Amino acid sequence: MKIRKLLALSLVILLVLGLTTGCGQKAEPKKDEKEQQEQKPEEKKIKVGLVYDIGGRGDLSFNDSAYAGLKRAEQEFGLEVTDLEPSSGGEDREQLLRLLAEDGYDLIFGVGFMFTDHIAKVAEEFPDVKFGLIDGAVEDIDSSSNISCLLFKEHEGSFLVGAAAALKSKNGKVGFIGGMKSPLIERFEYGYLAGAKYVNPDIETFSDYVGTTGEAFKDPVKAKELALKQIKAGVDVIYHASGASGVGMLEAAAANKVLAIGVDSDQSLTATDEQKPYILTSMLKRVDNSVYETIKDLVEGRFEGGYRVFGLNDDGVGYAVNDFNKDLISDIQPKLEELKEKVVNGEIKVPADKNEYEEFLKTLK
Amino acid sequence: MLTAELLASSLRMAVPILLTAIGAVYTERSGIVNIGLEGMMIVGSFWASVGAYFYGPFVGILFAMLAGAFLALIHSVTTVTFGVNQVVSGVALNILAYGASRFLSLVIFGKATTSHHVSGFSPIDVPILSDIPFLKLLFTDISPIVITALILVPISKYIIDNTVFGLRLRAVGENPLAADTLGINVFAMRYAGVIISGMLAGMAGAYLTMEHTGMYVEGMTQGKGYIAMAAMIFGNWTPTGTLWASLLFGFAEALSLRAGEGSIIPYQFIKMIPYLLTLAVLTGIVKKATPPAASGEPYDRSIG
Repeated sequence: MKIRKLLALSLVILLVLGLTTGCGQKAEPKKDEKEQQEQKPEEKKIKVGLVYDIGGRGDLSFNDSAYAGLKRAEQEFGLEVTDLEPSSGGEDREQLLRLLAEDGYDLIFGVGFMFTDHIAKVAEEFPDVKFGLIDGAVEDIDSSSNISCLLFKEHEGSFLVGAAAALKSKNGKVGFIGGMKSPLIERFEYGYLAGAKYVNPDIETFSDYVGTTGEAFKDPVKAKELALKQIKAGVDVIYHASGASGVGMLEAAAANKVLAIGVDSDQSLTATDEQKPYILTSMLKRVDNSVYETIKDLVEGRFEGGYRVFGLNDDGVGYAVNDFNKDLISDIQPKLEELKEKVVNGEIKVPADKNEYEEFLKTLK
Repeated sequence: MLTAELLASSLRMAVPILLTAIGAVYTERSGIVNIGLEGMMIVGSFWASVGAYFYGPFVGILFAMLAGAFLALIHSVTTVTFGVNQVVSGVALNILAYGASRFLSLVIFGKATTSHHVSGFSPIDVPILSDIPFLKLLFTDISPIVITALILVPISKYIIDNTVFGLRLRAVGENPLAADTLGINVFAMRYAGVIISGMLAGMAGAYLTMEHTGMYVEGMTQGKGYIAMAAMIFGNWTPTGTLWASLLFGFAEALSLRAGEGSIIPYQFIKMIPYLLTLAVLTGIVKKATPPAASGEPYDRSIG
């Protein structure tokens, strides 16, 4: 009987340990900061925190781009930085923001539109802390606000890769796979479709979404099945805007030798060697630049609230050219640059939602 | 609509459900409810990425099965030896699996939610079957794990229906006291049932990581462990019934991925098909379910 009790006790300890180590991540960096503060009380470093979206660091896409910007600013300005991952369902987003705010952080980023309501709430409670919201727009704020909303014209970047897809498609069929069906992801979709149609009005387009919740950004299984479906239907260039789900699409494209277009980060750089030859380009969304610029403004005392929009004109979005795809893309690059010029000077107005897209199609005919 | 391509997709979607559901048959027939199958799939998908990344696909699948078996061992110790409520233990294991995978991923790969790219087994063609025109697409270029899963169905049926082990497993699940009186080690049989289920769920996780996407992504199991339990119940606690149920779920999922464009049904409803089907099955619309008599009941010799 004694042995049973001992066994039971050790099991309980094991379980508790397992649970606490799982959650312990959040507490750890806090301790380090306190130690550092004690060591150098005279020199107050600017503290910048960042909370990731679902998918987290290592999604080889959106979140990794934000991380890159944070790291660049850290090295350049000697900041103290912390990056945190929300729980898998993202329920503790607000809690993490508050944790950083209470801990005396000067600037806190929420990566992703899911943070919109949380940042609005926490920013009100901590008026002295600055917040950067990527991809989301808090309503009714101006330059005196402590929230800076960093927005992107994803449709403009998607327009260019859509044009690239249409120029490279041999079958005249191009596809799109989105993550969570939402207005944000639809900007990618309609920009892309518009780009393809602009180059070739007769092109056939396919659009699919992985799902209707945040889970759709980390379901590579479904993304792969959708890609396979499109490939079987004759699609030979596929673009995705689905976060970590996209690895499934890249896998399907490479296995079937059709071209894939990455999103947010330059996905050629992180793909496997088998996948690299099939990645035509990536739609770059310079989340890293937006994070970096915002931190730079804060360091130089120029931080302003309100909305900042990054588009093709300031290279906030674009398409990737690298060592792996330069042979693949060089023949269409002049055409893409020409289109970029037209978008920047307003000659082409890229649609950002379904209604605008339908209007846009009418102008083509 | 009913093309070989759709069937091939159904099969791919069905395999992780099928493997886990066969495991669920073993554990339930021994009288232990294992809600922790989802967690065992999660650790399987994670450890497969570790094994496959460092040592190749065989070690990947071995790691996945060992990890699943380890969680299953914890489940057996708590539920069989200590008679803890089986649902509570299973839920705790699911939470543990999530936290542990996230923590270990950070330690091993330096990022919490994804692994590095890993490569799986090279796909193979099934002889004979791949020569038949309609089945060609279904049986060429498929993962060895898919074939393993399909072969496991008749094997499991034989084991459960025709072997001494199977008879004893069923006996402890129906009436543990009677089995004990006849000298069958109830505890050992139940341990075996639960651990087999953990290994199969781990293999299902390995399939997702190594064969399907070539990378571990946190949450990639997407509740398939629970759907597997529904498939097992729908299949009336038998391996063959489970096969058809899993294929049906796989088919529903494949269909929901295809019915998206241009249909009059709102998009959100189409995405609900697999889950609505699960609900329908569980509420018993399809068939009256007859679980093993002692399923979910802890066995205590002093009470009987």
